[in-house]
Amino acid sequence: MTQTNGEKVTDLRKSAAASAVAAVVAESYPRIVASLIRVTHDWTLAEDCAQEALTLAWEKWPAEGVPANPGGWLMTVARNRAIDLLRRASVERRKLRELAVLVLTEAGQAGAQEAAHEEVVDDRLRLIFTCCHPALPLEARVALTLRTICAVPTADIARAFLVSESTMTRRLTRAKAKITDAAIPYRVPEGRSLAQRLPGVLAVLYLLFTHGYNADGEPAFADEAIRLARLLERLMPGQPEVSALLALFLFQHSRRDARRDSHGKLLTLEKQDRSRWDHAAIAEGVRILGMTPPDGPYALQARIAACHATAASASATDWREIADCYDELVRIQPSPVIELNRAVAHGYAYGPEIGLGLLAEAKAGGALDDYPHVVAVEADLTARQGDKSRAASLFRQAAAVAHSEAERCALLDRAEENS
Amino acid sequence: MKYLMFVCTDTEPDTDKDNEPDINEWVAEHDTSGRRLQGMVLAPKSSATTVRVRNGKLLVSDGPFAETKEVIVGFDLLECADLDEAIDVARAHPMARGGRIEIRPLADFEQ
Repeated sequence: MTQTNGEKVTDLRKSAAASAVAAVVAESYPRIVASLIRVTHDWTLAEDCAQEALTLAWEKWPAEGVPANPGGWLMTVARNRAIDLLRRASVERRKLRELAVLVLTEAGQAGAQEAAHEEVVDDRLRLIFTCCHPALPLEARVALTLRTICAVPTADIARAFLVSESTMTRRLTRAKAKITDAAIPYRVPEGRSLAQRLPGVLAVLYLLFTHGYNADGEPAFADEAIRLARLLERLMPGQPEVSALLALFLFQHSRRDARRDSHGKLLTLEKQDRSRWDHAAIAEGVRILGMTPPDGPYALQARIAACHATAASASATDWREIADCYDELVRIQPSPVIELNRAVAHGYAYGPEIGLGLLAEAKAGGALDDYPHVVAVEADLTARQGDKSRAASLFRQAAAVAHSEAERCALLDRAEENS
Repeated sequence: MKYLMFVCTDTEPDTDKDNEPDINEWVAEHDTSGRRLQGMVLAPKSSATTVRVRNGKLLVSDGPFAETKEVIVGFDLLECADLDEAIDVARAHPMARGGRIEIRPLADFEQ
């Protein structure tokens, strides 16, 4: 069917409106929700009103054009809706007065106010810390962050967590009820408490990112994690681990277009076409890492990722630097997985025998028994040691317990290569 | 906001015995600040009796109703601004290391 010019213009206007809505959602939605929660203390009301404002934008903007200040337009609509609902519920006048003057101030708008600005805590930051409060179950923290800050539809979150939409709705409702019933504060912790709580927030972001980055994950979540890390870096300057986490995300995400072959199979680092990596993202990661103290857990992981991302070829990778970083990680944040990766790194830096020795040490405690990746690592080290038939059989064993179809295929390919 | 702190034992207490907080100091500090309204230590669980009424019949049995290794050994009633403040009070209690502490808000029927 051919389109008339008029239809084409309408389509163009619609797509302009669509991208305007998408951009405003990313930028303004969390601000609107966060401000409404601060004044009304009502999470559901805040979300509903922000959602209604978005729905109205979808209806009006394609026909009437995008307003000059779309964020301000949405804030006004959402705020008026909240006033309406609360008036009907005859809420106390103080709250209504506070709501009536709520406007969306754009960050960095007034240069003269920069100094004063520091003392005003951004509502979005409160929202992040509350969504990531350790008194909520971990999965609920991730889901609540996605729903409330990133405006991801409940159905999409449910799909990513492999539960039904109604289960996810209940989980979110329970989390919001706990925030109210247990009086989880809507506040960014200070001093000693901040140092204790920040890693938990970063862990939620990291989980969000891996949910997007895993072979069978929801790719959009990785973008959301990066957006949140950028926001956090802007709102909490001078927190080295926040910057390091952003750099880590950028390095890993830079490979998103090169990770699979034309059949969708996962490719190992050696087999990826490095010209298809996002070199702008890598450069940004390197720049951020250059300004970050090198010794925090995320900084160490980012340094490792940087070694991979900046190597001209797999064989040019600086494995000794990577091995050093893992030695340090094992010291400050020991875990079976880190010990496993340390064995891999030493295997590449100093030879497969050294790697197999460290692997045997890591396995000795039994902590790696339930970790399917161990066999794949042993298979790889064995292959590089030259024992092909043993390596092939180990790769087949690893494929049998792989997490995802994509990983299973990649491991069977390696078995084939060594047969 | 009122919270009830259940002070419980735990099968895996902290092994770090350095700088262990003193219970009398904890009580004095939080009584003075007004955050601790009330608190008691319970007699051993061997002294517990469970009472139920089913179909109008009284059923009395020995021991706590749930046979778990962790036992409630005491409680404190707190008045705190929010959960973070209650967590700060609980973390300073010696049994946060020697056992575990469960914080539950009291139901608020005024809301």
